[in-house]
Amino acid sequence: MILLLLPTALFFVAFFVLPMCRLFLVGGSGATGWAAYAAILTNDGYFKALLATLGIASATTLATLLISSIAGVFLQRHKFPGSATLVAMLTLPLAFPGVVIGFMVIMLAGRQGLIGAVSEALSGDRLVFAYSLAGLFMGYVYFSIPRTILTVMAATEKLDPRLEEAARSLGASSWRVVRDVIVPGLKPALISAGAICFATAVGAFGTAFTLATRINVLPMVIYTEFTLSANIAMAAALSFMLGAMTWLVLALARTAAGSTVAAAG
Amino acid sequence: MTKKRILFSLQLGFTLAVCAFLVVPVVLSILAGLTVNYFVGLESGLTLRWIFEVWDGYRDTIFRSVGIAMACLAVTLLLGVPTAYVLARSGNRLARLVEELLVLPIAMPGLATALALIATYGALGGFRSSWAFILVGHVLFTLPFMVRSVLAVLSAIDLKTLEEGAASLGAGFRQRFFHVVLPNCRNGILAGSLMVVTLSMGEFNMTWLLHTPLTKTLPVGLADAYASLRLEIGSAYTLVFFLMIVPLLLVMQTLARPRPSRFIRDDAVNDPVPEIQQ
Repeated sequence: MILLLLPTALFFVAFFVLPMCRLFLVGGSGATGWAAYAAILTNDGYFKALLATLGIASATTLATLLISSIAGVFLQRHKFPGSATLVAMLTLPLAFPGVVIGFMVIMLAGRQGLIGAVSEALSGDRLVFAYSLAGLFMGYVYFSIPRTILTVMAATEKLDPRLEEAARSLGASSWRVVRDVIVPGLKPALISAGAICFATAVGAFGTAFTLATRINVLPMVIYTEFTLSANIAMAAALSFMLGAMTWLVLALARTAAGSTVAAAG
Repeated sequence: MTKKRILFSLQLGFTLAVCAFLVVPVVLSILAGLTVNYFVGLESGLTLRWIFEVWDGYRDTIFRSVGIAMACLAVTLLLGVPTAYVLARSGNRLARLVEELLVLPIAMPGLATALALIATYGALGGFRSSWAFILVGHVLFTLPFMVRSVLAVLSAIDLKTLEEGAASLGAGFRQRFFHVVLPNCRNGILAGSLMVVTLSMGEFNMTWLLHTPLTKTLPVGLADAYASLRLEIGSAYTLVFFLMIVPLLLVMQTLARPRPSRFIRDDAVNDPVPEIQQ
């Protein structure tokens, strides 16, 4: 029966394990040698990009969790005419690629975007923020909402409504029910969904690429090192560090949320 | 009672606003792809001109993406279904480890995987410049989805008893695999296949580094069009992409609704949400 695993194992070793080892070696083969792996902390430019990346990833995670929990709990608890359609619409962008998400942000906040047109009509000033970190933030939130809502809805379904009734009958306010019953019940799902949001925002490239090449987040820096500067060793070292970071976040979340949590980013 | 109603309306309003945030840009982009001049607005009239321009300029990327997605599906089926079967049957610590390893390529940013592939196989000119190079990246990225989707179904049924039953009636391994195992994981295979095709058609992070000017895929073409062509053409191209991908997503949504099914084990855990990186 183990023979059935053989093709997958060969494919995986040839096209993932070996290349990853090679990438690690290439990372140490540049002008600075193995110090390239420390450059993410020691080089001022890379360190700033790292901070920007972590900052935008944290902001995305918080915003997505907040928005998706409110909408997700609501949609799972209330069934009304049209609620199924609403869920379908909210989860439709689930598999849009990053480039398309970037274009959606341009449609909203770009030079010819809706937000610009509305703000110009209201105040005379054209509000355009698609081609900056704010636009990138918007894109990542857009990308993460559908999946997070699905996760929250699935977790809400498993909550026992009797706990909430008990809390209410003991005189708890709606706010306290949310804080002390619903949120703790959803915690594992929120941790795992949050980790995936975070990992996506750290590693994603398509959205930033569509919006502007001058946004200084790590994936863009890696891409510039590789193509414009042809500094392949540095690109390899940085992307290896980026990969390690994403993996670590997901692994930590899995430990924190228990073993049933999905493993992937 | 009124307080409850206010709370309901507030939540409904919020949810509708989120929905608008997701849907409005899609609608805008569809309109832009069909408008003569988006800057002027709908008054300039509707046209299919941009769609035809996309068809003329980027037809090859559409066919290539479909081709790669189909090849990717074939490979992930051949590799993924047997793997899921072995994992479901063994169910020990080794199986856990294999599953963990297989999922790694999703946790890795696409850029890193692509750079690693280029660093290792970039010198093999014929391979580097063919679409098979892109295919390898796509299979790495989509294989875990096939494995998990099939595995989820297989671990929800009592596979061991079913196989023992078949074996006690004299069925050999081949017979059991094709007549007992495969029919039982049909839903998992279907869901996994849809996922694989959708993801392969939309993959950009890796493909952008793996492609050559002669092996552009649809998302690569999209990035090109966004960067260099007018908004209307970018929109029309996006519309073509939507037309290809939205039906797949709709079928996936329908499949994801829970159905009653036989042979369900009590402790079966289903993973409701597929995780994808951008």
